[in-house]
Amino acid sequence: MELYELGLRDLQDKLNREEVSIREIIESVLKRIHEVDDKVKAFITLDEENALKKAAGLSSKESRKGQIVGLPFALKDVFCTRGLRTTCASRMLENYVPIYDATAVSRLNAEQGILIGKLNMDEFAMGSSTELSAFFPTRNPWDLERVPGGSSGGCAAAVAAGEVPVALGSDTGGSIRQPASFCGVVGFKPSYGRVSRWGVIAYSSSMDQAGVIARKVEDCALIMNIIAGHDPLDATSANVEVSDYTSFLQPNIRGMKIAYPTECFQQGMDEAVKNLVLNALKKYEELGAIIEEVSLPHGEYALPAYYIIGPAEASANLACYDGVRFGLRDYEADNVLDMYCNSRSAGFGDEVKRRIMLGTHVLSSGYYKNYYLKAMKVRRLIKNDFDQVFKNFDLIVTPTTPTTAFKLGAELDDFLTLYGNDIFTVPVNMAGLPAISIPCGFSDGLPVGMQIIGQTFDEGRVLKAAYAFEQNTTYHNIKPSLGGEQR
Amino acid sequence: MNEDYEVVVGLEVHAELKTQSKIFCSCSTAFGAEPNTQICPGCAGFPGMLPVLNRQVVEIAIMAGLALNCEIAEICLFDRKNYFYPDLPRAYQISQLDLPICQKGYLEIDLDGKKKRIGITRAHMEEDAGKLVHQGNITSSPFSLVDLNRCGMPLLEIVSEPDMRSSQEARAYMEKLRSILLFAGVSNCKMEEGSLRCDANISVRPRGQKELGIRTEIKNLNSFRALERAIEYEAKRHIEAIEDGEKLIQETRTWDEEKQITLSMRSKEEAEDYRYFPDPNLPPVKIEREWVEKIRATLPELPDQAQLRLVDNYSLPPYDAVILTLTPEFLAYFDNCLAHYHDAKTVSNWMMGELSKHLNQNNMEINDCKIQPAALARMLSLIDEGTISGKMAKSVFEEMFASGKEPDLIIKEKGMVQISDESTLIKIIEEVTANNAGVVEDYRSGKEKALGFLVGQVMKATRGQANPAIVNKLLKDCLKGD
Amino acid sequence: MALTIKKVEDIALMARLNLKEEEKEDFAQQLSLILDYTNSLHNIDTDNVEPLIHILPIYNVFRDDVVSPSSPRDEILLNGPLLEDGQYKVPKIM
Ligand SMILES: [Zn+2]
Repeated sequence: MELYELGLRDLQDKLNREEVSIREIIESVLKRIHEVDDKVKAFITLDEENALKKAAGLSSKESRKGQIVGLPFALKDVFCTRGLRTTCASRMLENYVPIYDATAVSRLNAEQGILIGKLNMDEFAMGSSTELSAFFPTRNPWDLERVPGGSSGGCAAAVAAGEVPVALGSDTGGSIRQPASFCGVVGFKPSYGRVSRWGVIAYSSSMDQAGVIARKVEDCALIMNIIAGHDPLDATSANVEVSDYTSFLQPNIRGMKIAYPTECFQQGMDEAVKNLVLNALKKYEELGAIIEEVSLPHGEYALPAYYIIGPAEASANLACYDGVRFGLRDYEADNVLDMYCNSRSAGFGDEVKRRIMLGTHVLSSGYYKNYYLKAMKVRRLIKNDFDQVFKNFDLIVTPTTPTTAFKLGAELDDFLTLYGNDIFTVPVNMAGLPAISIPCGFSDGLPVGMQIIGQTFDEGRVLKAAYAFEQNTTYHNIKPSLGGEQR
Repeated sequence: MNEDYEVVVGLEVHAELKTQSKIFCSCSTAFGAEPNTQICPGCAGFPGMLPVLNRQVVEIAIMAGLALNCEIAEICLFDRKNYFYPDLPRAYQISQLDLPICQKGYLEIDLDGKKKRIGITRAHMEEDAGKLVHQGNITSSPFSLVDLNRCGMPLLEIVSEPDMRSSQEARAYMEKLRSILLFAGVSNCKMEEGSLRCDANISVRPRGQKELGIRTEIKNLNSFRALERAIEYEAKRHIEAIEDGEKLIQETRTWDEEKQITLSMRSKEEAEDYRYFPDPNLPPVKIEREWVEKIRATLPELPDQAQLRLVDNYSLPPYDAVILTLTPEFLAYFDNCLAHYHDAKTVSNWMMGELSKHLNQNNMEINDCKIQPAALARMLSLIDEGTISGKMAKSVFEEMFASGKEPDLIIKEKGMVQISDESTLIKIIEEVTANNAGVVEDYRSGKEKALGFLVGQVMKATRGQANPAIVNKLLKDCLKGD
Repeated sequence: MALTIKKVEDIALMARLNLKEEEKEDFAQQLSLILDYTNSLHNIDTDNVEPLIHILPIYNVFRDDVVSPSSPRDEILLNGPLLEDGQYKVPKIM
């Protein structure tokens, strides 16, 4: 196996045994990127020079003291990086260079990980296909004519294509889990408040959460050990003890109680996807788990509520892009109103404009009560549904998405269908729960993902169940063809 | 003002809370720094930044609320108030709408000895915005410059009930509010630095009518005087409009200090719709009663209590008590004087008279005053002892105010000691009576008033240094004896 | 309920966006579609439901009132599109 194909823990073992150097690891990853990224188009910005410089700085053993010394990672371009362009895949921020690192990034840097570059996404994390990047669409390594999902599509595609072993993504309504599912990798969204949002460019502040995309569950655990935990700079970051997530990497799940909601296996589902997830549940049963059907009666209202709450918060979060302090600016405008309108209209894509306008509308006087407030009430009902189930169960399993990856352009004009991709992932964000998507099979050569949802701050159990499934299946060993022959 | 109408005024006051750092980031709140040197990505609204609430702001807001007799909320929440303006970096201001920290308070004003209670609807925490400066010549340059230093300064917005009925009442409310905030130590209340700002809601209605008239909001009232003038101007404008059958519109206007008029600020583009919603970045603040009581226990003496003390302990007139409690520094000066001197009314007179006059003339605060309270007390004792006369005291005071010297030193340097020695005075009296034989005759024939003239002549001969009481007595003896 | 072009213009102004004529029609149609989609929420009785504003039951998250250095001015102004005398420059506000 090539170095770029290995996960973090495997690379760590090799480094510990002195079989490879950090420089070799970084070079292998960079070489892979140069080979395949023309096809995949996962990276917006590559930080090659700095990556090699950091590798060189870690050549002596005395200089190594972090948890991920010399190991490569990449970031969705929503994470602010000091001195490195951070675009959110928007024309608005095309030339924006932050003067600060997001907390999650600082923590990875402090543990001596090596940042390789910034990954493509739907503009401002609004979308489910990464086609809504203002720069270029990213392609699905399993079928280059298909989307990688989104909004963290660059992360999922890069990890699947072996361009980087792990990447940090962000997930507001499924943006980590859906692309992970489409690209056949692991996507972990922790509980709301588990990972600091400081320095993560906001879409919807009450649902945004940073997380990990990796090829293996154990790498998610390793990265979680670093990025999870209280941050005094984020008032919504929970001051709750963080476990050693690697301690949950054990395959014994005997007696674990797993629920599957009736509503997630009904009409509108791709049959193959449904069957693969049902098979996965059988697998769990074989492994000694107790499986039962439950109901999440308000699940169907999650999407409509999400498309009120998300845009409402976004309309305020994206108001700071006004052309005054950073970002795209219309220099010709001779009055402030024109400066605002022209700068913002030139800087934002259609989907962003759509959500800003929608959010503006649902908060405006005369509509607030019927839309925003109503949605916030429904949000409580959705949360209550989950609380009810978790009284009797440890975990909930659903498909991650109703279908496998769709063709590029297929849902571009049909945004309501596009929104439908998030039907199983959105309720999780509305309730702030931790959830993971892991590969559970293939349909017509395309990966299918299973979502495992846990209770708030019970990341450990989610990882444990995911690890158990991974250890007892082989889907994660199958690599995408990148348009060539399947290997 | 036309007596058929009644003006109704409510005030919205923004007081900057006294903290070291800003409300949601750790930038300094110091006044007067170079533009944009007291900002960070947080208060300047950069992508990905998050606010964290300064505990001290909450404590001070509670303190202010208690001083204003408010109910302190058990739970309060921050909301986003959305509007675009170049001095508002996030394009939303973090403020409080539905669950403000303080509600239902009041303060009492004292106007010509009549007390009146003015209701306080609410007081809430919020962040300040930056400043726009016009570049160069206001008419020629097409640009404004943005200084964000003031962004994120903690403010308490205090909203009164529409309980005031005249510009004088509004001024009295503002003065009382200022003194309460100063005594409570929650704000510096410097109107000239913008740490205390006021908007007025004004309407006019025919006397006896229950419903309020059309209301206008006047902004940019940056002094007590501007507040009074603007209310008077606006009330007159409303009355004239009503009399002329013109239609008033509810709008925001600004006070033009130069022209002494109000001007419409109405923008034609859109109606204001702030689209408030709860800020998801800031968890609610839960205020346990224990916390409130702990803060209440640290409340210093407030103006009302101090006034009561002045009236009860020293029998001062209420008017004096109001003036002496305008600022805690003024009151402290009074109290310190009294530690060295027995007569409160005399101290009060001097403070409200000469001292205030000199401070105002020199545009100074009591803290800048070179006369130590003990020195003023000493000067008053010197009058009592007869060392100097009241008249001499005024020039001694002037010198003390200018140089800060001790009164004894000034008197010594200028040879200003009062002449009380009888033998010296008798000599002078003899001279005066000799030179004014006619007046002496008048007195002896029963014209009592003539005595005053003779006393004046003695004072004149001694350049005011003669002790008037002794001169009086000696003169009478002298005139009787002959 | 379909949004009128006028309504879309009002929203766009509030959101500080310029729309071309054809965009106004597109957005009117698209936004109406999404709003209709959210109408199902009104099938649920939420009269006695408290809105869920903060998902985590956390309160009183404070920082101490301690000053730390602000950003160096050159650094924070670095991304400013138009500057003068250490300040951001915008068209004049009357
Ligand atoms: Zn700051």
